[in-house]
Amino acid sequence: MSAANWRNAMNSGAGRAVMMNRGQVAVALPLPGVGGNRGLSLISAIRARHVVVLAFLLAYPWFATPFFTFQIGAQSLALGLIALSLTFLGGYGGMVSLAQITVAGIAGYGVAIFGAASAADTAISLGWPWWVAVLISIVIATAGATFIGWLSVRTEGIYTIMITLAVGVAFYYLCLQNYSVFNGFQGFQRVHAPTVLGVSMRDPLPFYYLVLFWSLAGYFFVKYLLRAPFGIALQGIRDNPRRMNALGFNVTAHRIAAYAVAGVMAAVGGVLLVWYNGLIGPGSVGTSWIINILIIAVLGGMRHPIGAFLGAIVFVLLQTFAIDVFDRERFNLVIGAVFLVIVLFSPDGLLGWWAGLKSKFLTPRGGVR
Amino acid sequence: MRKGWKWFWTLVIGLPLIVFVIWGLWDNTRLFVVTFLNGMTLASLYFIVAAGFTLVFGLMRNVNLAHGSLYLLGGYVGYLVAHYTGWFVLALAAGFAVAALVGLLMQVSVFRFMPGEDLRQTLVTIALSIIIADLLLWWLGGTVHQADAPELLSGPLRDIPLIKAYSKYRLALLPIGIAIGVVLWLFLNRTRVGMMIRAGVDDRAMLSAAGVNVNVLFAVTFAIGAGLAGLGGVIGAVELSMAPGEDVRLLLASLIVVIIGGMGSVVGAALGASILGLAETYGLAYAPTYSVVFTFVILVLVLAFRPRGFLGRPA
Repeated sequence: MSAANWRNAMNSGAGRAVMMNRGQVAVALPLPGVGGNRGLSLISAIRARHVVVLAFLLAYPWFATPFFTFQIGAQSLALGLIALSLTFLGGYGGMVSLAQITVAGIAGYGVAIFGAASAADTAISLGWPWWVAVLISIVIATAGATFIGWLSVRTEGIYTIMITLAVGVAFYYLCLQNYSVFNGFQGFQRVHAPTVLGVSMRDPLPFYYLVLFWSLAGYFFVKYLLRAPFGIALQGIRDNPRRMNALGFNVTAHRIAAYAVAGVMAAVGGVLLVWYNGLIGPGSVGTSWIINILIIAVLGGMRHPIGAFLGAIVFVLLQTFAIDVFDRERFNLVIGAVFLVIVLFSPDGLLGWWAGLKSKFLTPRGGVR
Repeated sequence: MRKGWKWFWTLVIGLPLIVFVIWGLWDNTRLFVVTFLNGMTLASLYFIVAAGFTLVFGLMRNVNLAHGSLYLLGGYVGYLVAHYTGWFVLALAAGFAVAALVGLLMQVSVFRFMPGEDLRQTLVTIALSIIIADLLLWWLGGTVHQADAPELLSGPLRDIPLIKAYSKYRLALLPIGIAIGVVLWLFLNRTRVGMMIRAGVDDRAMLSAAGVNVNVLFAVTFAIGAGLAGLGGVIGAVELSMAPGEDVRLLLASLIVVIIGGMGSVVGAALGASILGLAETYGLAYAPTYSVVFTFVILVLVLAFRPRGFLGRPA
């Protein structure tokens, strides 16, 4: 065995994993101790913060205009839920998947195809009851996510981005080219939220609470999962897959399971998003949205699940109000520049920026850096 | 046992292919042959663009997702130069030079400062691709720009047996693609810089320790890789046409080519480009609304059985 081979053998395992992690820590990764190092004395403070945020979220639609409730509030939360699935995969599983909007899109298309869309699309839409359509869509989307996971965990690190991007763009072209199932360029219009028990979910207020419920569910589910044995093992695999393998953990199975879990969240988010938009087409799963979800997750920061929602709020605000400041046509330029600045100067997103500010001005009392 | 499986899979994949070839030739010989030529000429465009992508990745582990934008930039510049001067050769040179310059700028001003952070570099290339695409849209608008082929190569070549006539320009793409492949191979295997690049692909740290200025080498490689995208853009401006969205199409093609062929391998890029080009054109000719599914199935099969691509080596 030559020296180069030895080097390769050494590099291919632990050494490379460490190198990879160094790269990723700089971008987005939560420190391993972040979840665990909140001391007992901090618990009350954190609870107060939680209560304030929760109260604000619940009261929000009562003082905000319907426009703010629906366009800003509900949209941010739905996008945040999809971005949360990426944060979970990327931040805690070390796998940055660009196909999360694809999973959401599969669910959205499912709702339109199995459920009801506009009259023009009745040739394709099956018109099943909404809850059957939603359940089937989520199951199919989750299966799709698992399949994408199975494909992309065969290689590691930077390959994941390439493979998931290729899958996402291929799905976009499939939706664009295929008329018999996906209705081509047109997609499906008038995919509306149903009326449940006399309450029309299309109205801003009920829809906001619907989205809020699922976003909170997703958030607390991720928080719970990260402390469960599965989440701990996943973070271990992110930090050193080789060692976890040696400890007897099935690395591949954990990774695929992470894709499946993230797939459920993305699918729920996708159903909410299609109800929010009222339509779905190739544009909803195209490259710009593939990248937007990544921007949302990175903008907020992947250190903590809340980052996904923070990023979504900033993104939606930018999207809605940047056109007043800049030209409407130039939104991509603005969002691209914001993304570039964040990646270049604050790799941990807004959360990292906030943490940096805090450590600068509030001298830490404890041992926290 | 392993050999048995190999035979089994060769049969499972090869037999339907052979049946398809025989059926296609028997059913409509002209369509089949023309589609083959279309596929191979498309493949040579894919090869030129993807070779730059794979070169940059092989050496720097930098997945340059702005590669499609560089293709678009080179295509627009080539279109403008060809439009105003009428010299296609000048357009090729300009497309190469401008894309190479932008690539050089990216490497020198951004990527040099984040060595080893491959995820962060990739995110930066995504941001740059959004910005470049939007600037190009701002500059030239959303209309389709189609450059004319040079006079020597315009119009069809007539009196070919079997297929009667075929576009001269498209036919010329085959030797151009092969020539670029050979030049690239000679550059990598017969020159000093090429030797350094190959050494860098195998072991960057050792190359640096041996006294090579790795930063300069990276800059040169990035410029060549980006320049190839620009060159492909000029060729594509005639073959396909230039419009917003073409960058994504060529980025997807580059990604699939290098996933199939193996990252960092120029020969793999040629193989992957041939497979992708043929699959796409045959798909379009024989099953139009599902053509992308064939591409996807090939991607899945390759990933399932050879996760690193046909000629890829463990990183």
